[in-house]
Amino acid sequence: MLGYILRRLISAIPVLVIVAVLVFLMLRFTPGDPAAVIAGDNATSEQIALIRNRLGLDQPILTQFTIWAGNLLTGNLGESFFFKKTIVELISSRIEPTLSLAFATMLIAICVAIPLGVLAAYKHGSWIDRVVMGFSVLGFSVPVFVIGYLMIYLFAITLGWFPVQGYQPLSQGFAGYAQRLVLPALTLSVIYIALIARMTRASVLEVLNEDYIRTARAKGQVERKILFRHALKNAAVPIVTVVGIGIALLIGGVVVTESVFAIPGLGRLTVDAVLARDYPTIQAVILLFSGVYVGINLLIDLAYSLFDPRIRY
Amino acid sequence: MSAEPTILAPVAAEPPASRRRLFGRLLTNPSVAIGGFVLIVMAVIGLLAPVLGTLDPTAINPSTRNRVPGFERTIRADDGSNSTFKHRMGTDSLGRDVFSRVVYGARISLVIAMTVALASVAIGLVIGLVAGYVRWLDGPIMRVMDGLMAIPGILLAIAVVSLFRAGLAAVVVAIIVPEIPRVVRLVRSVVLSVREEPYVEAAIMAGTRVPLLMARHILPNTVAPLIVQGTFIAASAILVEAILSFLGIGIPPETPSWGNIMAEGRNLFRVFPHNILYPGVFLGLTVLAVNMLGDGLRDTLDPKMAGR
Repeated sequence: MLGYILRRLISAIPVLVIVAVLVFLMLRFTPGDPAAVIAGDNATSEQIALIRNRLGLDQPILTQFTIWAGNLLTGNLGESFFFKKTIVELISSRIEPTLSLAFATMLIAICVAIPLGVLAAYKHGSWIDRVVMGFSVLGFSVPVFVIGYLMIYLFAITLGWFPVQGYQPLSQGFAGYAQRLVLPALTLSVIYIALIARMTRASVLEVLNEDYIRTARAKGQVERKILFRHALKNAAVPIVTVVGIGIALLIGGVVVTESVFAIPGLGRLTVDAVLARDYPTIQAVILLFSGVYVGINLLIDLAYSLFDPRIRY
Repeated sequence: MSAEPTILAPVAAEPPASRRRLFGRLLTNPSVAIGGFVLIVMAVIGLLAPVLGTLDPTAINPSTRNRVPGFERTIRADDGSNSTFKHRMGTDSLGRDVFSRVVYGARISLVIAMTVALASVAIGLVIGLVAGYVRWLDGPIMRVMDGLMAIPGILLAIAVVSLFRAGLAAVVVAIIVPEIPRVVRLVRSVVLSVREEPYVEAAIMAGTRVPLLMARHILPNTVAPLIVQGTFIAASAILVEAILSFLGIGIPPETPSWGNIMAEGRNLFRVFPHNILYPGVFLGLTVLAVNMLGDGLRDTLDPKMAGR
């Protein structure tokens, strides 16, 4: 097991290295002179030369990469042009809202989607099944921000249950924090619920035809226990996998949701950085998100043996 | 070479009867029928946009800004006669007719959907064939694809957009790039499984040249999965375009795309929600139709997946 964990950890390194190379090359692929783009339309040639020098663009590309990668490994992500702060500071000041939003969304999605999926599989072909599947396709089809504005319109403006926008740090009290988190998390969870419910249904449906389910029924086991203990447990591996794959959707959704609800998190930072063409920040945020995505999927891979003892490494 | 056709003929072409049956099965699949119908309606709306009672979708009119749906504007013609124009979906904060913009928006979304789907399938197909067939290139190509897939799609699109000047082409490229690795993986896995098949080995033994081998034996096996994949790419392309435009990093704001209409309606959403609701409904309906079409195609072309 330990050997497997090590091997898996090591196998994730090349992927991250390639991401780093791609992200590094991105800036060099910019049509024209990246320094001129960063400097803007009214810059003098001295200003452009200064930026080029600060970015190290006047050096050979391999040297540039070595310096950049070396900095990266020592945790020096560089400095943002636009926000005039080091990127480490910038990211750490923005991380709380994003983490809160992501956790709340996951919590809602898993609590709603798994029972829905199990129910749809159990009542296969009934109206419940059709409603769940219909919702699932619909969830994939409506953009996150439209769902967000519908939620704001319904629950904040019409009913007045929640504030329209904004974020309150946890340190200023839990009530206000939770109240402002409900709508964004609900919004973001829709697509995630659609994804997980669909996979849960498919996976449980397959398991329900197995002999051991019939055996459980034959010995008189309660249906609820058959579904959640026997079926769901054996159907867990694909469900957990899709939760991991869905992290990519979640990250994309965070970017949009934070813009809709004016939450000062990493997603909002990404958009601001792109609008300001703040390349060091864009690179850092992409690296961070990709690292998290790869890391979570690695953890999920390792967790398979918890759900299915037949999987041995 | 002369022996080749006799070996290949039975596997290369499907009998026409089964093809006709497949087409019949497609039309009787409710998802395909409903999704296809909605899409045809949207395409017709887009094509007939100029004659559907629309104004110039980019025409700014400061005197009728932010009007609610159903507002009637009096237009005075050059000869002094008056006529009224009804803004069925109201106007935006620059006085542009939202109905006209939504109707013309169908064009942009459908064009982007088709361009992105065709281009990413074509590019992915070529790279996937190379990776699956040229052994020494397989490793390097797939590592780059793994790297691309490790970057969450929308983030990668945002990054690509930030490299170019804003415009339709930049947006299309930005949506294509994250989709390519998925197509490459699919094509490569098909190639790898097909080249172990006895009939492909037989063809190789018979001395079939690589281009012919690809065209006759390998490509036909990729068609069905690629059609399904292409459909889902089209759905996601419409969504990503809307998201990029909504975030203000998409196609130029005067272009009537559904994402742009909604981006414009953001600031006054509390007072005039129609600027987000109407394009949102059209967009949701279109993507839903494409997704249903994709689900139906997958169920029909790959019966193992039916009902999942």
